[in-house]
Amino acid sequence: MLTDFVGVIIDGTSYGAMLFVIALGLSITLGLMGFVNLAHTAVAMFGGYFLVTLVNQLAWPFFVSVAVVVVVIALASLVLERVVYAPFYRATALDQSLLTFGLMLMAGGIVHYFWGSSQQAVRVPEYLEGRWYLGDLSISKYRLMLLGTGMALLALLNWGLDSTRLGAMIRASVDNQRIAASMGIPVKRVFMIAFAIGSGLAALGGALGAEVLGLDPAFATRTLVLCLLVVVLGGAGSVNGTFFAAMLLGICDIGSKYYVPEFGAFMIYVLMAVVLLYRPQGLYSLVARRRAA
Amino acid sequence: MNGNPLRPLLDRSRWRAPELVFWALIIAAFFAFPDHRSLGAQVLVTGIFALSLDMLLGYAGIVTLGHAAFFGVGAFTAGWLGKYGWHEPVSALAIAAAVAACAGALGSRLVVRGTDLSRLMVTLAIGLVLYEAANKATAVTGGIDGLQGIEFTPLLGLFPFDLMGSTAYVYAAIVAFVTLYLVRRLVHSPYGLSLHATRMNRRRALAVGIDDGRTLAISYIASAAVAGIAGALTTQITQFITIDALGFGRSADILIIAALGGVGYLYGGFIGALVFVVGRDLLSGISPAYWHFWLGLLLVLTIFFARGGIMGTAARLARRLAQRETQR
Repeated sequence: MLTDFVGVIIDGTSYGAMLFVIALGLSITLGLMGFVNLAHTAVAMFGGYFLVTLVNQLAWPFFVSVAVVVVVIALASLVLERVVYAPFYRATALDQSLLTFGLMLMAGGIVHYFWGSSQQAVRVPEYLEGRWYLGDLSISKYRLMLLGTGMALLALLNWGLDSTRLGAMIRASVDNQRIAASMGIPVKRVFMIAFAIGSGLAALGGALGAEVLGLDPAFATRTLVLCLLVVVLGGAGSVNGTFFAAMLLGICDIGSKYYVPEFGAFMIYVLMAVVLLYRPQGLYSLVARRRAA
Repeated sequence: MNGNPLRPLLDRSRWRAPELVFWALIIAAFFAFPDHRSLGAQVLVTGIFALSLDMLLGYAGIVTLGHAAFFGVGAFTAGWLGKYGWHEPVSALAIAAAVAACAGALGSRLVVRGTDLSRLMVTLAIGLVLYEAANKATAVTGGIDGLQGIEFTPLLGLFPFDLMGSTAYVYAAIVAFVTLYLVRRLVHSPYGLSLHATRMNRRRALAVGIDDGRTLAISYIASAAVAGIAGALTTQITQFITIDALGFGRSADILIIAALGGVGYLYGGFIGALVFVVGRDLLSGISPAYWHFWLGLLLVLTIFFARGGIMGTAARLARRLAQRETQR
């Protein structure tokens, strides 16, 4: 009983940790610029596929590959932001959705063309394989690593937002873009950096989470749904809200699939419907509350 | 004449020459392409579905990612009727529309609240929940095998559905005309003006006494009914239905079709449907993944260089030509 429960919690939280890492960039773009970026999970998908190529085919060390993937995708996203996204910051939600939706469709096709339609598995280093046993309880080492990564990133991001100059500039831009700009904060550049960080995080989530989320050409569509859920539940633009919502979603999803398999896929939507009925702005919408005041 | 406050509305709702040409072409296509009537019927049905989405995108300003939900509800309603004893097609169409409208009413409460993003989410979730439900309830929906043995009596007791699709084409064309006529009346009515106002600026609409929630809810319900008609029509024409009708892919395709054609013009959906269905038919030999790649590229290029889709670009060109005329 209890060991089952602990197992569900660990699986759920490590799943949630990956969702947090991927969804955070989406939350930033939506919260900071109000840009609907449906192609965000496509970035995560490319992170996963690049890792597969580096580790499985070129036999690079696992964590070196992860670092390379994150840096390369973060830099590439800067170009994407300037060339493709920037002209649409003032466009309607419809145009933004359609543009990024088109990009997502293209990403699926590209991945299918280069890596095929079958599911890809990253070769995990030996020290992360297998499980630890504590009496009846067995814990996957890899999932524990995911959970640790998620926690570490939460701490790092909170510290970064609260105590660094860049964090202060990002917070100011979220609160009020126009006043931030008139105080001499380069809002445009702040956003570029935030966008690159978000894309890098997505790539990290996709690379590490491929094992848990499954990597195939439909990855972007499938995880997009989950990430949008996380952002909507948590409230766009809030790191802690995103974390909280991702954890809630992860535990709820894994738990309901384990305990009530016949309703497995419904629970998260029911959760969302209930939250939105009572809190249309999400659970942790500090931004919205501050703006309304 | 000057005293009539409805003058602008009456002006806008006048039938124009290009519209008459459009319907003339639909009649002409029946005779010009006798071998492609089935495909033509498919284009028309897809056009009706896209029209229902246009009501939301172009007139209410609601972006939805789950519109296939209502298409599916209509399709399955017609399927059950046809399978379990109600074989008369026209009344089945009306029942399907009513059921889809009820489904829309249930969903509308969640949809009209909140921001663009939460709407995107809620509509997506409505679609996914229905798909999951249909997937689980195999006894009712036939699961991935779909419903078999759907039968309908000849249209009006006179015209049986034939393999060539002649009856289907005429049937679809008439339903398309009637639906477009009704939607056209709706968006050019005083209600349509309040919808326009709500889309342009919700707060100001509220300030002049428009109940924004109710206005949006009505458009959502009406749109669901039209989507239900498209779904039911598809079932009646193909006599077959699977849960794909409810899938996310269907919602995504229709969003693309509406965007390609251009939203806010009523006819954009039909033009988009023509491009989409014929394009897919021509490229059907190619793997669906690559078809989606090209579709995505087309969408991105449309947003970049031809905002407003085909209709929007045509309208811009027409305006530019008119300007040149006056300058001369």
